Amino acid sequence: MSEFDRESMLEMFTFEMNQLLESLEENVLRGESGYSMENINEIFRVMHTIKGSAAMMMFPNISTAAHGIEDLFFYLRERNAPDMDYSRITDLVLESMDFIKGEIAKIESGAPSDGDSAEYVSRIRAYLQSLKERAAAPEPEAAVEAPRGADGDTFAARIIYEDGTEMLNVRAFAAAHNLRQRGMTVSHEPSDLIDEAASDYIAENGLRLIITTDQGVGALRDMLSETIYMKEFTLEPAETPAPKTSAEDPKAAAPEPSEKAAAHPAARPARPAGQQSVISVNVSKLDELLKLMGELVISEAMVTQNPELENLELDSFHKETRQLRKIIKDIQDAVMSMRMVPLATTFFKMHRIVRDMCKQLGKDIRLDVIGDETEVDKNIIEHISDPLMHIIRNSIDHGIETPDARVLGGKPETGVVQLEARNSGSDVLITVRDDGAGLDRAKILKKARSAGLLTKPDEDYADREAFQFIFMPGFSTNDQVTEFSGRGVGMDVVSKNLEKVGGSVLVESAAGEGSTFTLKIPLTLAIIEGMMIKMGGGKYILPIISIKDSFKPRRGDVFRDPSGNEMITVRGEVYNIVRLYEFFGLPTRVTEVEDGIMIMVENGDETVCAFADELVGEQQVVVKSLPKYIKKPRGISGCTLLGNGDISLIIDVAGFFG
Amino acid sequence: MATESALIDIQEEEDSTKDLYLTFRIAGADYAVEVGYIKEIITICPVTVVPETPPFIKGIINLRGDIVPVISVRARFGQPEIPYDDATCIVVLDFDDYIIGLIVDKVKGVATIGEENISAPPSAKLSFANEFIKNIGRAKEGVTLMLDIYKLLF
Repeated sequence: MSEFDRESMLEMFTFEMNQLLESLEENVLRGESGYSMENINEIFRVMHTIKGSAAMMMFPNISTAAHGIEDLFFYLRERNAPDMDYSRITDLVLESMDFIKGEIAKIESGAPSDGDSAEYVSRIRAYLQSLKERAAAPEPEAAVEAPRGADGDTFAARIIYEDGTEMLNVRAFAAAHNLRQRGMTVSHEPSDLIDEAASDYIAENGLRLIITTDQGVGALRDMLSETIYMKEFTLEPAETPAPKTSAEDPKAAAPEPSEKAAAHPAARPARPAGQQSVISVNVSKLDELLKLMGELVISEAMVTQNPELENLELDSFHKETRQLRKIIKDIQDAVMSMRMVPLATTFFKMHRIVRDMCKQLGKDIRLDVIGDETEVDKNIIEHISDPLMHIIRNSIDHGIETPDARVLGGKPETGVVQLEARNSGSDVLITVRDDGAGLDRAKILKKARSAGLLTKPDEDYADREAFQFIFMPGFSTNDQVTEFSGRGVGMDVVSKNLEKVGGSVLVESAAGEGSTFTLKIPLTLAIIEGMMIKMGGGKYILPIISIKDSFKPRRGDVFRDPSGNEMITVRGEVYNIVRLYEFFGLPTRVTEVEDGIMIMVENGDETVCAFADELVGEQQVVVKSLPKYIKKPRGISGCTLLGNGDISLIIDVAGFFG
Repeated sequence: MATESALIDIQEEEDSTKDLYLTFRIAGADYAVEVGYIKEIITICPVTVVPETPPFIKGIINLRGDIVPVISVRARFGQPEIPYDDATCIVVLDFDDYIIGLIVDKVKGVATIGEENISAPPSAKLSFANEFIKNIGRAKEGVTLMLDIYKLLF
């Protein structure tokens, strides 16, 4: 790191910050119902790391905000988590955390971090002060520190940094700065830390500090021991001799293990212990790898299905290509698995939304999360956070009633929003279920009618169709605009974002019982197992995962109902037939059922029989989206390139239903 | 011969493309588009039909791994379509981030048409094709109709 590469350091910094903030949020929200010592220690540790890193990267506003919270939790820790207003503390922490988040976002987008944290810090200070005052009265323990006088005691300290630590002057500056922030008077040698020559002096002699404080040697020792990249430090009273520290404050003699780790070179500040086996990789590198993987799959098909090989006796060649294909498949699985991320983090963010909204709307709602270990491709996960947020907001704002109304309606006072994820074939289903009032069909249709969206009489719309209107841009049945919804933006984001990743959303609702939003999201965008079928002159790909069965139909099994729907009986069950050439409007010569093939395909729990000319064979295909110029046709999810360079469309079985 | 010269990738000449137009022939008339929009010109290749698209969108082609939609200018103009032959080309445009191929009867070449030789089309809208014409250029060989690409595509 001899070259001071601020760009890459910043990137690392923001990455670390985001991770820390996530873990912080988790702890804070968990603590709202009562902070455990473990929570407090963790929050303290995280805040401490944020403070240190921010100071090192010269973001004083972030570092002071973190410092404020750190102080608060330092106090809580000292007091062994006294009984207190948890909700107030959570508010304070979340407020400062949002500030830090905002600043990090600014830094990420290349803007200067210019927010002022003073307001947050003073609020925390004020609260901390009130806590201390309250505690000071009944607890004599608090009085121990009082008689130290305004000037306090003066100590001489020397900090020796790890050998080879870079930017010693900056680190020294941060250390001195930290102490000053705690209200200590600090002078240091070398006195000019901005000058880079100071680094050499510190490397040789260490950083000498003269500190005057009224906070006691224990607190000072604790603070010094938190210095990043520190090898060791000495602390002794200057001028007036003081009693040995260990007797006065047992904490000083046995510092927290986590703080020891902070001074250890192997543990970078942000890495919690036990994560050494995990490395973080830039997503763009994974994207590149995936792209190459796709090219490898295509290229393999080009080689092994090369037209020049036709009609040749190539037993050994084919054996080897099977081996090659197996290896490629294994690599591909590995590449895909690297990109899979559990939904837990995304789901966890929703707790915060539920909490904040409940407070503001005066509702009492519990968020139940099921299956948050379900994994989804990294690129996809980015697109579902917003839709989920909007749906949950909608459920809380419109769906779940106020506690009074719920009691009147004979429901438990606490509303429940259930967030569930599960795998279903090549899709992940995420359902958001609330036990609120449900969607108002009449109101939605009325609104749709006045917006000129209806083309049939009201009663001709199935519930499903009617509910789908809420995803239209600018559509809101809420008469009042609240902070959270009513402007008609939001739900259209849901369908738009999901479309981007090839997903869809379905609403079910029963008046008075609640509503259920089901998001269907593809597990991954990239490579699927497909069955190639022939239809008309073209070749199409059916995802293997949708295929249940395929068979040669007999004419006698096929019949039509009075309205002309074609059906087939298979092993005693009756299924609808979708003639693919009719469905897609393509000319073909194979129109007699006996000449073609029936493929039984399923989507969720629905099954139909698709009729095609013939099956060609199984093949792995790299999914490409259709160009944006072409409006996505029903029943087609994308396309793929075949070994010979031809394009083949990928059939989306869901298009056959509803 | 015309096809050969047309197969040159024109993109490299981008900085000096002022007043330069690619001219091509559709149903007996000459049309032109600004050279700056041209990505490349390829000979006609197999087009994969996409269901549920308007009749003038012929489908998609594989352009070295990129999926490019192609439209038939004849069909867009409401002209009868003719079988593709050796002269049939796909002019690939890069228009406002849309990469789109135009199927044309024959590419003629690149012509320089100065501003002084360009005039607005007559205001009377007599034929359907008129609405796709932005300007009319006069060159030595005759009149060239300058296409409004946006209207052609959307």
